[in-house]
Amino acid sequence: MADLLTATPATASAAPPPRARDRRRARRNTLIGWSFILPNFLGFAVLTLVPVLAAFALSFMEWDSYNPPEWVGLDNFERLLNDESTKIALRNTAYYALGHVPLTMLAALGLALLLNRKIAGVGFFRAAAFFPYITSMVAVAIVWNMLFNPEFGPVNQFLQFLGVDSPPGWTTSTTWAMPAVILTSVWRDMGYYMVLFLAGLQAIPVEQYEAAKVDGASTWQRFRAVTLPGLRPVTFLVLVLLTVQSFKVFDLIVVMTDGGPGRATLVLSQQIYRRGIVEGEFGYASAISFVLFLLVLVFTLVQFWINNRRERR
Amino acid sequence: MTTADTAAAPRARGPLALARRAVLYAVLALAALAILVPFLWMVSASLKRNNDVFTIPIQWIPQDFQWGNFTEIWTRVPLDTYLGNTVFLSLVITFLQVLTGSFAAYGFAKVRFRGRDTLFMLYIATIAVPWQAYMIPQYIMMQKAELTDTFLSLILIQAFGAFGVFLMRQYYLTIPDELCEAARVDGLSEYGIWARIMLPLSKPALASLALLTFVNTWNDYMGPFIYLTSNDLWTIQLGLRSFVGQYDADYAMMMTGSVLSVLPIMIIFLLGQRHFIQGIASSGMKG
Repeated sequence: MADLLTATPATASAAPPPRARDRRRARRNTLIGWSFILPNFLGFAVLTLVPVLAAFALSFMEWDSYNPPEWVGLDNFERLLNDESTKIALRNTAYYALGHVPLTMLAALGLALLLNRKIAGVGFFRAAAFFPYITSMVAVAIVWNMLFNPEFGPVNQFLQFLGVDSPPGWTTSTTWAMPAVILTSVWRDMGYYMVLFLAGLQAIPVEQYEAAKVDGASTWQRFRAVTLPGLRPVTFLVLVLLTVQSFKVFDLIVVMTDGGPGRATLVLSQQIYRRGIVEGEFGYASAISFVLFLLVLVFTLVQFWINNRRERR
Repeated sequence: MTTADTAAAPRARGPLALARRAVLYAVLALAALAILVPFLWMVSASLKRNNDVFTIPIQWIPQDFQWGNFTEIWTRVPLDTYLGNTVFLSLVITFLQVLTGSFAAYGFAKVRFRGRDTLFMLYIATIAVPWQAYMIPQYIMMQKAELTDTFLSLILIQAFGAFGVFLMRQYYLTIPDELCEAARVDGLSEYGIWARIMLPLSKPALASLALLTFVNTWNDYMGPFIYLTSNDLWTIQLGLRSFVGQYDADYAMMMTGSVLSVLPIMIIFLLGQRHFIQGIASSGMKG
């Protein structure tokens, strides 16, 4: 059966057809190819591609819903540098990313290592770790807001039980609101990245571990010499995905703290929403989105570069 | 050799291996409990009297179960409208995404034509662009078309995502080309091959994509938050959020609403758990 199937293209190429027929076939293929892609592409082009390009152009314009757009060059970016709340949003987004990325990564890797074994009931444990990820942000934010309740919440009751005399005020305190948001998001996201790490761990050949064992490597040495290098592609992917994800955080913050208290958890996405959609300053909001996009791009490229350099070594 | 080795090991070590296994399970149980505590809290609080939600020490099991919370909430907020809207949006968006996504994926994976790979790169590139970076022009376009505050706006925005195309293409690449070639020889058109061969063969990937899209749409907050202003169009997430704003001290009811919003997703997850995990693992791995 398999032989029969592979034989077909070979016989077809044995007798080269004239050029005209070749061209006709190429044109036919183009038409067929496009006919498959078109239904999706129409929606994609109009609603993603055009807006992406427009966002770039808009960030150099001044435009609200009433007046026609006007080219203002770099004015929006200059304004951005002097806008206190945008600067705060930028700093808070960086703070969030610095907490969310490494903590989620460690938690996900830890869970994956713990759950990468063939034992009875491992499916249940994996499902439990993954489940928070598909729970809605709104429900997650509401529940965690209650868990973090400074006076009666289980988190602080637990801390007091451990002997912490004056536990933090979490979402009611300007210093602790961001850590509360970060902890919540780590809890929600770690299961997703655990799945990626698990897939990565299962792709490492067992023989490598066997060989290391024969060489007398300890568990820690095997982790350093076999597991970590084997996981590098996944680690890189996780790092990129996590960075992108943390720069666009929105839902969780809107529901959990709405940027507060004060502006302690105001982030870039929120600032774009407020300036652009609530206040209708399309040009300025697009400039902020452009900065957001640039940040994501630069971080991704830097990670690509570091990853490539390491791989070459 | 390897299997014999590992199989023999526990027997050889006896009690030590047993103890290690017990420790492992204890660690796992503790971790699972820590992860699931917020859900336990949610369910427990949803069945309490409001005054009993915040107590010192915490009552994990309600003193007397307030099942009435689950009937009362329907009279306080139009949950049926919210749930209906969410089901409608999730189903339509999922259907369109799976249909156009798998259709386009066939073009990208199995038809050779000039410009195909460049076009695909364009798709991939936009996956990396955060939605926040282009939501403003998108919103302006919707406003000009007078589509804001309609379901159509959300459907248009979310049904043609590049992710679905990407996920399906990755799966189609694993299906051997010879199969399509044989079908062509048998006189099947390309559309016939897609419908009669690729679709049945890609059931696992279709299930993964459908489940992930459905859950994402169900849970989406930012999209409906920006586009849907009329109360009768709201999704369950918007309804839940506004309920919390209105009754901000009614903790038990807040948890009842949260349980009701999570329950459908939980059922779907329990039914299709395998497909979720596979979809995520494969979309990530081959990326």
